[in-house]
Amino acid sequence: MALGDADHVLDYPIPAPTALDPPAEWAALRQQCPVARVRLPSGDEAALLTRYEDVRQVLADPRFHRHLDAPDAARVTANESGGVFSGALARPMSPEIHQQWRRMVGKWFTARRMTALRPGIEAMTERLVDEMVASGAPADLREKLGFPLPVWVICDMLGVPESDREKFAYWSDTLLSLTRYTQAEIDAAQAEFRAYMSEHIAATREAPGDDLISELISAAGGAGHVMTDETLLSTSQGLLVAGHETTANMIGKMVGMLLADRRRWEELLADRSLVRTAVEEALRMDANPGFGIPRYLTEDARVGDTTVPRGTTVVCGIGAANRDESAFADADEMDLRRSPNTHLAFGVGAHSCLGQSLARTELQAVLDVLLRRLPGLELAVWAEELERVDGLVVGGLRTLPVRW
Amino acid sequence: MKITVDQDKCCGAGSCVLAAPDVFDQRDEDGVVVLLDPEPAEHLRAAVREAADVCPTAAIALTERD
Repeated sequence: MALGDADHVLDYPIPAPTALDPPAEWAALRQQCPVARVRLPSGDEAALLTRYEDVRQVLADPRFHRHLDAPDAARVTANESGGVFSGALARPMSPEIHQQWRRMVGKWFTARRMTALRPGIEAMTERLVDEMVASGAPADLREKLGFPLPVWVICDMLGVPESDREKFAYWSDTLLSLTRYTQAEIDAAQAEFRAYMSEHIAATREAPGDDLISELISAAGGAGHVMTDETLLSTSQGLLVAGHETTANMIGKMVGMLLADRRRWEELLADRSLVRTAVEEALRMDANPGFGIPRYLTEDARVGDTTVPRGTTVVCGIGAANRDESAFADADEMDLRRSPNTHLAFGVGAHSCLGQSLARTELQAVLDVLLRRLPGLELAVWAEELERVDGLVVGGLRTLPVRW
Repeated sequence: MKITVDQDKCCGAGSCVLAAPDVFDQRDEDGVVVLLDPEPAEHLRAAVREAADVCPTAAIALTERD
């Protein structure tokens, strides 16, 4: 089937029947129309990929650019700025410059460093759980734990004081808006964030500490470069955008999935060593990972059996790919012991998620603390009543009412 | 089992270290993979296979011999 054969253009994102289940269209698209025409929130058309092999290929293929500001590239959102996909960090770097930047920041995100952060993350989780318990059941786990925890972790990393965590939470929410905030609100939040961070960066240059900003400044200095304010700003913004809402929502979805069929929670209570593989399986099973990963094609390319013309904007449907039967046995079953779990939740290739060790560490810490502290945790509503968050690039649950 | 790693391909995600911390590490200066044990003992091999499978840039190659 060639792109354009389909007379049907699907609206994207595709609505799903419930918050934790995938749209029925995914399976049909994988089978019959792996390169599907879709209409984005902006009204522009793109090609949606739903097969595991295709998504893997495209994410690792440099002909599929991150150059989404090309004149004929599809705009993701109706907002003028295009939100997160057109910010400074989305501007493509050359492969060499990207690798340099990546390795400089990557040094901060090594698995051992993240593992060393774990006791601190568990302590923050304990504190948030204490507050949730004190406020009484039922409670919204998203509001009490999922949303604040990652922003606390990022603020610590950036050397931002506890008292400013609330501001960061709001800026982060706004930066990821697809439709929920007005352009004026987004612009104002961007400007406030930039002003705050510029001041914070200047203060950090004067009095370096034990944080990522200080580390980047001194690493560049050691190599004879100056780390510009602009690079530090876009790195900080990238951290917030990439590390807050994603992890916050994943905490909610992970706990939601584990409680929706409580046998899963009980399996973990009986064997805590499953936490690591359970986290990976929750990442794979996520039926609402958000928009997907867009790429812009600069020359004709084959994707599976389809020729995709240059100038096409391709959206990699990560959630659909992660449930592809040809890549995962019993793909629709949540198997807390699945290993290896080669899901694409963090992307793949040279641009795969820089913070994946941090995300894994946070998710594992949350699960460990909840199993230990609240073994009786359960949903306070029917799973079918859980609602999705709309209007953001990253998908999640609106609330996660629980009792214990 | 014999392991080789391609440090040029490595993107420093650290998933190998999380899967098999006795066999893989990351360089302090840039997060690039370091191979601690190119011929791991039997009990480590399942974790090593998982590390190779989940590597985002396929930078870990295994030769199974024995």
